[in-house]
Amino acid sequence: MDPKIQTRQLSFHYGKVCAVKNVTIDIREHQITALIGPSGCGKSTFLRTLNRMNDIILETRVEGEVLLDKQNIYEHGVDVVELRKRVGMVFQQPNPFPKSIFENVAFGPKMLGLSRKLNLDEVVEKSLRAAALWDEVKDDVGKSGLALSGGQQQRLCIARVLAVEPEVILMDEPCSALDPASTLKIEELMQDLTKNYTIVIVTHNMLQAARVSEWTGFFLLGELVEYGKTVDIFSRPRDKRTEDYITGRFG
Amino acid sequence: MPRTSFERHLHELQDEVLVLGSMVEKAIYSSMEALKNRDLELAKQVIADDSEIDRKRYDIEEKCIELIVTQQPVASDLRIIVAVLNIIIDLERIGDHAEGIAKIAVMIGKEPPLKPLIDLPRMAQKTGDMLRRSLDAFINRDAEAARKISKEDDEIDALYEQVFRELLTFMAEDPKTITRATRLIWVGHNLERSADRVTNICERVVFVVTGKMEEIGVSKY
Repeated sequence: MDPKIQTRQLSFHYGKVCAVKNVTIDIREHQITALIGPSGCGKSTFLRTLNRMNDIILETRVEGEVLLDKQNIYEHGVDVVELRKRVGMVFQQPNPFPKSIFENVAFGPKMLGLSRKLNLDEVVEKSLRAAALWDEVKDDVGKSGLALSGGQQQRLCIARVLAVEPEVILMDEPCSALDPASTLKIEELMQDLTKNYTIVIVTHNMLQAARVSEWTGFFLLGELVEYGKTVDIFSRPRDKRTEDYITGRFG
Repeated sequence: MPRTSFERHLHELQDEVLVLGSMVEKAIYSSMEALKNRDLELAKQVIADDSEIDRKRYDIEEKCIELIVTQQPVASDLRIIVAVLNIIIDLERIGDHAEGIAKIAVMIGKEPPLKPLIDLPRMAQKTGDMLRRSLDAFINRDAEAARKISKEDDEIDALYEQVFRELLTFMAEDPKTITRATRLIWVGHNLERSADRVTNICERVVFVVTGKMEEIGVSKY
């Protein structure tokens, strides 16, 4: 199967600082790829290059290519709104809008002008079901999204992403603000979602990477040091730097 | 448990494996001494000491579990612990083989000897030596040494073959020797199996160093 996303010699600069150096990676479709590495290693910046989230930061520069289904997303004329519909994102802190659960999920389809074509009730239910939240909120989708627990809010944010039917979901530390039970729910959800979606997750929690992902990339100082099957990275890493980091002997 | 203390625990764990290894090595030599010298007291001691070996093995296993639970080891740390878990099983089984030899010594008791024992003590010496060096290779992360030791299993197989043929001749010539000769063949079998277990340990050493499981010694038996 062709990779869903390929980066080719991708570099990213904040002003004069090079945060991502020459990264070439293939991200497989319908699988979970985890990116690990110490703080400031460039993994989040790299993640955000995959749907051009960094565009909004001033004085930044991208070199190389990011191919989504073999199309370079940095080419002139690429519709960034359409791109972000295809490549959705979930952030570290759950960030529901101060609106009802229903409105949170319906927001994307409405913004994209899909509400006339679609039955919004159906879209909301389907998305909440896919995000494993429906059973907990179905009796009161008019309740404010902010009234939910942290774990529920994060699943609401995932439902919000799913409502616009993306192909890829980028997750930037989606569980770091959650308790272990909520974390487990999100991890199970991620596994279910791979039936229909490609997931790239940045995580500080190496055990989470080991638990959920098929592929793991280790970043250090902006470089992709090692990339391979998760089971290989965690049982027999090839690079000494990977070994040192994952065994906690780093630095 | 902070990381530095994890490192210390990991070292201690490997020291414990060496302790278990020397208990087992001693059991091999003592069981052969008991057999050779018809020393029933020593044989009974080897049998009694085997429960110490078993206890030590479970003790090490529990320490491994504790480290896995509290440290979630990965990469070479994980491979070391997985190797230890496997090595202690092999050590315990070698201990059982030594106990088996001691039991045969008790069975034979004060019966007149069939013949002076030469090749069997040689097998025991060689097996004990291979065992000690395989654990040295483990501690030194020396995959080359492990591969080499593994090949020496051929010498054990050859000695066993020799013992077997010789005892077969005795039995063919005089059926009255069958019981005693058969018991000595069991002794050879125990030693041959022990040396095979040593090759398992060698495979674990290669695993720790390279991360790959490979069968490095194929025994004839």
